[in-house]
Amino acid sequence: MSILVNKESRIIVQGLTGRQGSFHAEQCLEYGTRIVAGVTPGRGGEEHLGQPIFDTVSDAVEATGADVSVIFVPAPAAADAILAAADAGVKLVVCITEGIPVLDMVKVKAVLRDHDCRLIGPNCPGIITPGECKIGIMPGFIHQPGRVGVISRSGTLTYEAVFQTTNNGLGQTTCVGIGGDPVRGMDFIDCLELFEQDPATEGIIMVGEIGGSDEEAAARYIRDHVTKPVVAYVAGVTAPPGKRMGHAGAIISGGEGTAAAKYAALEEAGVATVRSPAELGSAMRAQLGG
Amino acid sequence: MNLHEYQAKQLFARFGIPVTRGEAAATPAQAEAAAGRLGGELWVVKAQVHAGGRGKAGGVKLARSAEEVREAAAALLGQRLITKQTGAEGLPINQVFVEAGSQIERELYVSMLVDRAAERIAVIASAAGGMDIEEVAAETPEKIITVIVHPAAGLLPHQARQLAHGLGLNKDQVKQFVKLAGNLYRLFIESDASMVEINPLIVNGEGDLLALDAKIGIEENALFRQADLQAMRDPSQEDEMERSAAEHDLNYVSLDGNIACMVNGAGLAMATMDLIKLHGGEPANFLDVGGGATPDRVAAAFKLILSNPSVKAILVNIFGGIVRCDLIAEGIVQAVREIDVRIPVIVRLEGTNVDKGKALLSESGLAITPADDLTDAAKKAVGAV
Repeated sequence: MSILVNKESRIIVQGLTGRQGSFHAEQCLEYGTRIVAGVTPGRGGEEHLGQPIFDTVSDAVEATGADVSVIFVPAPAAADAILAAADAGVKLVVCITEGIPVLDMVKVKAVLRDHDCRLIGPNCPGIITPGECKIGIMPGFIHQPGRVGVISRSGTLTYEAVFQTTNNGLGQTTCVGIGGDPVRGMDFIDCLELFEQDPATEGIIMVGEIGGSDEEAAARYIRDHVTKPVVAYVAGVTAPPGKRMGHAGAIISGGEGTAAAKYAALEEAGVATVRSPAELGSAMRAQLGG
Repeated sequence: MNLHEYQAKQLFARFGIPVTRGEAAATPAQAEAAAGRLGGELWVVKAQVHAGGRGKAGGVKLARSAEEVREAAAALLGQRLITKQTGAEGLPINQVFVEAGSQIERELYVSMLVDRAAERIAVIASAAGGMDIEEVAAETPEKIITVIVHPAAGLLPHQARQLAHGLGLNKDQVKQFVKLAGNLYRLFIESDASMVEINPLIVNGEGDLLALDAKIGIEENALFRQADLQAMRDPSQEDEMERSAAEHDLNYVSLDGNIACMVNGAGLAMATMDLIKLHGGEPANFLDVGGGATPDRVAAAFKLILSNPSVKAILVNIFGGIVRCDLIAEGIVQAVREIDVRIPVIVRLEGTNVDKGKALLSESGLAITPADDLTDAAKKAVGAV
């Protein structure tokens, strides 16, 4: 079992013909992901990487029955691409694109309330259900089907958590990179809810970072609704206030969003926190035993 | 990207927001001439730096004659202003803003920003203007009024009136405020602002609202469609190393420690700083070389790190996902050779082609210390200084 995506998922790639889209879609195909079409306005009727190209997401969905879309469209056009997928009835949109203006995302989030559509990202590595379906830019080979769900605001830190749980034999059910932007799609709580319901997921690793209050909200949710063990790490204990640390959303402002406050909230909710990302795997192993 | 007060006030005027009359000046003579054009008997000379807290730091001077305006400008221009927001080095004062003095009856506060939890623009107002809003929020939170704006509807008149009544404005001032807030919202949207703040918004001697100060931040990600605003960028107000990093597509933030780090990915870069601290060291910087770390970019990153004289060791931490470890290793070897690095370099590589990468490092004959994992890398780096 898994959450959100599996070997049945049928995926279209918006921006398949671009450099980034081509490169990463090829790796997804090699992993075994069922990509069924690409969308590039103005290039409908062509073929790329063995996939039919459509002018619009609606055409692609109608022709292929796709239920997931992954977006590699450049930032200026990415918000429109997300909503094109939602309008076409796609149920899950994964937006990899980095650098989308935040006011574009404010509009996207308002419009998405009228759709039965989940968004992952933007500015994220994507989602993977090991052994079944890789939708994004993560290195497939470090993953292994298994028992742990992973949720993370950071790409490379997700890989650390994955690598450690692969090496100690726990493996992963599904890994979701929710992205580093201040206004984004699914948050920790959305993923925690799904992992809690997923019978194959025995424990959950959460990788947070400074900025905003999503970790604090997640802590309250875990206290009230999550029965499975949760292990958490929060990056940015040493980050100075007022400075943006790479990710658009990673900033301590007005004394809010510090790693210390997030750790305190998580610990109060009974989450097993680690101060070093090197201990994520061993902490989860300790929680799950055997 | 931040704007200076004088630039923000130009933008305010363009959007119909009432501002104090004033002119920017880069020399004492220009300042004196500006005072003459503005007329009146009282002027305020304000240092133009990208930081708040200017008044308390001596960056705002009153002048009662054109001669005094010139003296005030001479005292400020060419100096560095240190406020509680600038850090110890302060920021250079290359321009002053000379404005006509105002009679202040009341000082109010209004700002707009994207509220992360609401995922919408929040408009914040307070009757306690002229103070640090974070102080007001901590001490008298009941004095702060917030409304959240739906992006399709925009700031509605009733929301603006709610703020205006909360500020205790009279009937005529409420009308002025509704117009001002609507225009400020329009400015926020059309300029892709990340923050606009008027502190204080004053009620002047005539009972009219007037923006006495103006702060605008523009979102970096939207600059591609804000060419006019991008032209207002003032590099003299930005950290030199951070600016030069940005030119190489590197994400860099200066810190106070002596162990430099070079990492791929923002989260892992922060985590690497935290690990250094956890093992008793002090990180010198945050540096994300990004996913497409090429040998050239790695070399640029090394040069940047080494331009900080406090750095006593370098910790390279790469988890090769899409980026291949052997390419990174090549970049490291090339950089260490070219730049003649004389301080310890500790390298932790993991991920795609890690064995090839490690082999390249050990065959190079250079004094590069390999590390087995995250913890080992941090310990070795801390041990090296």
